[in-house]
Amino acid sequence: MSKLYSGAEIVFKCMEDQNVDHIFGYPGGAVLPIYDELQNFKSIKHVLVRHEQGAGHAAEGYARSSGKPGVILVTSGPGATNVVTALTDAYMDSIPLVCISGQVPTHLIGTDAFQECDTTGITRPCTKHNWLVKDINDLASTIHKAFEVATTGRPGPVLVDIPKDIQFQKTKYKKPKKEKKLNGKSHNHFNQNSIDQLIDLMSKSSKPIFYTGGGVINSGPRASELLRELVYATGFPITSTLQGLGSFPGDDNQFLGMLGMHGTYEANNAMHDCDLMINIGARFDDRITGKIDEFSPKSKKVHIDIDPSSINKNVKVDLAIVGDVKTVLSSTLKSLKQKKSKFLKSNKQKTSKWWEKIQKWRSVRSLDYIGSEETIKPQYAIERLYELTKDKDSYITTEVGQHQMWAAQHYKFDKPNRWMTSGGLGTMGYGLPAAVGVQVAHPKKLVIDIAGEASVLMTIQEMSTAVQYNLPIKIFILNNQYMGMVRQWQELLHDKNYSESYTAALPDFVKLAEAYNCVGIRAKTPEELDDKIIEMLNTDRPVIFDCMVDKVENCFPMIPSGKPHNQMILGPKDQENKKITGKGKSLV
Amino acid sequence: MPNSKSAYSFSNKKEKFDTHIIVVWVDNEAGVLARVVGLFSGRGYNIESLAVAQVDEKLKISRITIVTTGTPQVVNQIKLQLRKLVPVHKVADFKREDKAVIFKEMALFKIVGPNNKLEGALKACKKYNPVLLDKTKKSNVIQITALRREIDKMSKDLKKFGLVSVSRTGAVAMTRGADIFK
Repeated sequence: MSKLYSGAEIVFKCMEDQNVDHIFGYPGGAVLPIYDELQNFKSIKHVLVRHEQGAGHAAEGYARSSGKPGVILVTSGPGATNVVTALTDAYMDSIPLVCISGQVPTHLIGTDAFQECDTTGITRPCTKHNWLVKDINDLASTIHKAFEVATTGRPGPVLVDIPKDIQFQKTKYKKPKKEKKLNGKSHNHFNQNSIDQLIDLMSKSSKPIFYTGGGVINSGPRASELLRELVYATGFPITSTLQGLGSFPGDDNQFLGMLGMHGTYEANNAMHDCDLMINIGARFDDRITGKIDEFSPKSKKVHIDIDPSSINKNVKVDLAIVGDVKTVLSSTLKSLKQKKSKFLKSNKQKTSKWWEKIQKWRSVRSLDYIGSEETIKPQYAIERLYELTKDKDSYITTEVGQHQMWAAQHYKFDKPNRWMTSGGLGTMGYGLPAAVGVQVAHPKKLVIDIAGEASVLMTIQEMSTAVQYNLPIKIFILNNQYMGMVRQWQELLHDKNYSESYTAALPDFVKLAEAYNCVGIRAKTPEELDDKIIEMLNTDRPVIFDCMVDKVENCFPMIPSGKPHNQMILGPKDQENKKITGKGKSLV
Repeated sequence: MPNSKSAYSFSNKKEKFDTHIIVVWVDNEAGVLARVVGLFSGRGYNIESLAVAQVDEKLKISRITIVTTGTPQVVNQIKLQLRKLVPVHKVADFKREDKAVIFKEMALFKIVGPNNKLEGALKACKKYNPVLLDKTKKSNVIQITALRREIDKMSKDLKKFGLVSVSRTGAVAMTRGADIFK
């Protein structure tokens, strides 16, 4: 007879078989049996966070930088509700997470027991799927299935809720079954005909553009390699969404920079004027499209996505290819080589006018800003950070706000999985715990959280986690004392009524760093910035870097509310001429 | 409903709303109905009526029939979003005017009044397969099966015969002929 294992043991047996090496969690009454078993499974290391939201974001950072699912372990009630923000964040940005939550014993469910909440009810709309395990015999298969659901198709978070009595009960352990399709939900639904149509469209186009997104990153490093091959083979310009940065080298001549609300002038104008748009793994999000009825009016649109429900959701497309980016790109390249081996040569003439136009837009230099010798301009701080770290294969996380957009604009990525930012949900407080997770996955690498002082205070307690595990993360705060993006919108849309967007009682970040037993560094002038950054990079401990920047700098260029791509505000002067009026004011 | 779900832009286009009957085959497990209904409420889709019951005891499959309205784009989204749910096996979509599909709803009417009114009520239901389920000196309970709009009409018409209570199901659907939906 095979051995009987307790529910708690089965949780770890499953993790072992799923090759989990790190979990992020916080103990509590309803998960104590699982925590009791932790010491018996040496291959699984637990990272103790300071708040369950931190566990969630750390798991996201871990997942995004490693390509493996992030695993979270939390208790019932508040443990589960605290992780909801991170689950929703992962759901919006398609990040694979497996969250194990404790639950009150089955006989107490529904009695409003201590630390009871309807965890599966609360997390139903923010997970791909969730399970309440009421029978010990279902536990192993449920956890294995949870890993499968989280990591296949369009990735996302899942949750398994395990009542405390189930954690004590014993049964036989079941190994994961060999891969089988989920209710017949296979992921590649395209045929050669679609690929041929795509190549036909590509060869006819004189104003093409690739518009790529997080789907390329999610499809694995091979997808980024194939994307580069395709872009070089065609000679087409390429732009990327916030989430797609790194899948194509940021300093390459064919790369037009990020597109969307704070994207470059050349990327947005090229999107507006193109005659062929090839969307690879992006979802026509509202930050990207601007005014939807005037979005790229003259183009044929191709959409490559693994999720059929992304297609024709916001924008109607002419050719839909449902499949994994990697598979679609590889078929496309194969056909391209067979049918149009001299594509680049034959096409150069055709797209030369288009490239001329793009160069003209480029010459506007939309990311330029007015420099200063007295105060540190936030853009300058990011530029210097990039220059001083670009040879180090660094991993960048961010919080949410102006600093995030400046980081996306001025830090150039040339590899996938190096850029972790909360895009869909826009979660302030994401970057610090995410950096913890990234550093756990890559202990030897340089991990920097480009932060704002308001965002970082939302999860600052995770510095304590970083110190406990000797994770030398660098928190690079662009400190302007305002919720900068809120302030910018109030300036543009609410007659400079800066309602509640100024933080009047900020902590002294250097002293705060010392209190956490890590290192605090402050830079006040552009002159000392480089030296201070070098000091930070030479510190092999967690650092909070308080970079005092211009308080009222705005993030440009910008597509104002309710406007299409070709009506961007380029800078402070332009702002006066293009006032946002009428309906635009009520949009977010 | 605006054409785009995006709060970043308003749509001025007004598209035509169609009524569709969506049939979903799901694993009959805890919370599955909440998943389906939650998807509708969370994404702002309409539910006009809902009927659900297990149809295969061995495989534990339930059949959910939802009547909804929306633009073609929204109805398409409904189907695609439903197909993403893990316990969903298949999704069928029929237009209400589809002649190849039978739609039926059932209603129970309680009539209270003198004999001539009770008989009048039964007679008025003649076209809709009336079944007299309960009869006393003062009251009748009549069951009819009909289309939604027919039941709507009867609910009004029976008032004059002393209708005091109406109970009705959501629509269920089945294709005509020997074929089944795969």
